[in-house]
Amino acid sequence: MEQMITLKNVFKYFGDFRALNDVSLEVSGGERVVVCGPSGSGKSTMIRCINRLEEHDDGQIWVNKNELTEDTRNIAQIRKDIGMVFQQFNLFPHLSVIDNLTLAPMKARGLSKGDATELAMTYLNRVHIPEQAAKYPGQLSGGQQQRVAIARSLCMQPKIMLFDEPTSALDPEMIKEVLDVMIELAEEGMTMIVVTHEMGFAKKAANKVVFMDEGEVVESAPTEEFFSQPKSDRTKLFLSQILTH
Amino acid sequence: MRRKSKSGVTRAVDIIVIAVAIFLVGYVIHKVDTVMIYEWHWDFLWEYILRWDEEEQAYKPNLLLKGLTATFGLVIWSMLLASVIGIVMGIMRTSSRIFFRTVSRLYVEFIRNMPPVVFIFVFFFFLSSQFVPLLGIDQISVDASPRTIAVLEILLGPPELFANVISGIICLALFEGAYITEIIRAGIQSIDKGQTEAGQSIGLSRLQTLRWIIFPQAVRKVIPPLAGQFITLIKDSSILALISIQELTFLAQEVAYSTQYVFEVWLFVAGVYFCICYSLAFLFTRLEKRTHKIY
Repeated sequence: MEQMITLKNVFKYFGDFRALNDVSLEVSGGERVVVCGPSGSGKSTMIRCINRLEEHDDGQIWVNKNELTEDTRNIAQIRKDIGMVFQQFNLFPHLSVIDNLTLAPMKARGLSKGDATELAMTYLNRVHIPEQAAKYPGQLSGGQQQRVAIARSLCMQPKIMLFDEPTSALDPEMIKEVLDVMIELAEEGMTMIVVTHEMGFAKKAANKVVFMDEGEVVESAPTEEFFSQPKSDRTKLFLSQILTH
Repeated sequence: MRRKSKSGVTRAVDIIVIAVAIFLVGYVIHKVDTVMIYEWHWDFLWEYILRWDEEEQAYKPNLLLKGLTATFGLVIWSMLLASVIGIVMGIMRTSSRIFFRTVSRLYVEFIRNMPPVVFIFVFFFFLSSQFVPLLGIDQISVDASPRTIAVLEILLGPPELFANVISGIICLALFEGAYITEIIRAGIQSIDKGQTEAGQSIGLSRLQTLRWIIFPQAVRKVIPPLAGQFITLIKDSSILALISIQELTFLAQEVAYSTQYVFEVWLFVAGVYFCICYSLAFLFTRLEKRTHKIY
């Protein structure tokens, strides 16, 4: 499989704080990678660097054979290939669900309103809430909002989907509906990087699990191997803390 | 029960406050009536609003009405221009480029830290001595075709005052634009950063994100302070009387001096300003309620 995303010796600083410390990662097409680790370990920063919501300070990042540089036209192009789902959903509260979905296809890809609406309805069906199209985000539950956010990203027909703790802001009973949608997406062969603490999801859908701590990639292994025979002590500690209950 | 008694107390307080207010107003009227022994002459005002033209056998607007229309013209054009300045500068203020930020910052600080009268004096003399001749504004009334002049007359008032009015509009707009810049900046910055990130991550450019995501949300937050600033603009337009812009305050001054009915003229003018400002405030409250219905 060809490489979709490559990070090579990436460093990122916030002032004096080293958020990413020599991070390297390779993700090939169709691969599903789960990134886990304690809070503040740089997981979110890493995936935010991949679509350049954060700019890395050193090292190189390639997405789909394009290197991320300061060239802004390059960035806009790369972002069209990458979908991102946020912890806080970040839906546009002033637009109805359908308008949330059609905005980018119409403005960034120049689709007609009819085509964009058709596309949007396809993806609303994929996340199982076509009946909510006319509502505003504020009228939906958290789980429904996150599914709308996933559909909004899919409307740009990205090659890669990034998930930044997509279930962390949800009430427990709504986590499953979001994870189910993500698992379906994984089964369809989407390239995904998912920052999450949901180890059940990792076991079910991921090919590879990456464990990060203090801005470093501590361990990166195929899912099976990661859970059955973790090598590093920090990984073992983390897994024992997260899996005991 | 408790709730009822509480509202009973508020009502009593309200009645006392209203009674005191009525008493004070009555006291002032009484004092004016007995102590000042001033004989009011309100009738003369009419002829300074509309005068009978013997030659044309028709009513023509006189000084006060001319002043009022001039003020309307000044205010409307300055509001538009100030809004454009405010929006452009406000966006620059939130730009990631230091050059844009510095330019708008300098503009805002320069104006905010100067009394309006001083600013208008300084700037007006610069404008009228450099800018107006440079753009040939003073030549418009001489060179332009009759049709152009007719259109401009509807927009700006009498042709002989074009240069004067345009300078006034620019002065006022530049001054108020600085405050609108700050209002727009605050509006833009009040929108959660996640909105911008979401816009960027679905492939929108910075301008598209502003136009379709940030602005529509910021407008709602900006309406109340903007209404306040527009009302201030209307009131500040009277400062332009100092540089002989022939608007309401300037012409009222002339009427007051020539007729000697100082109290009547200024009370009337105060009433007119109050009506304009209050109706604008009313309009904006309606607008605010409407935008809140949308989502």
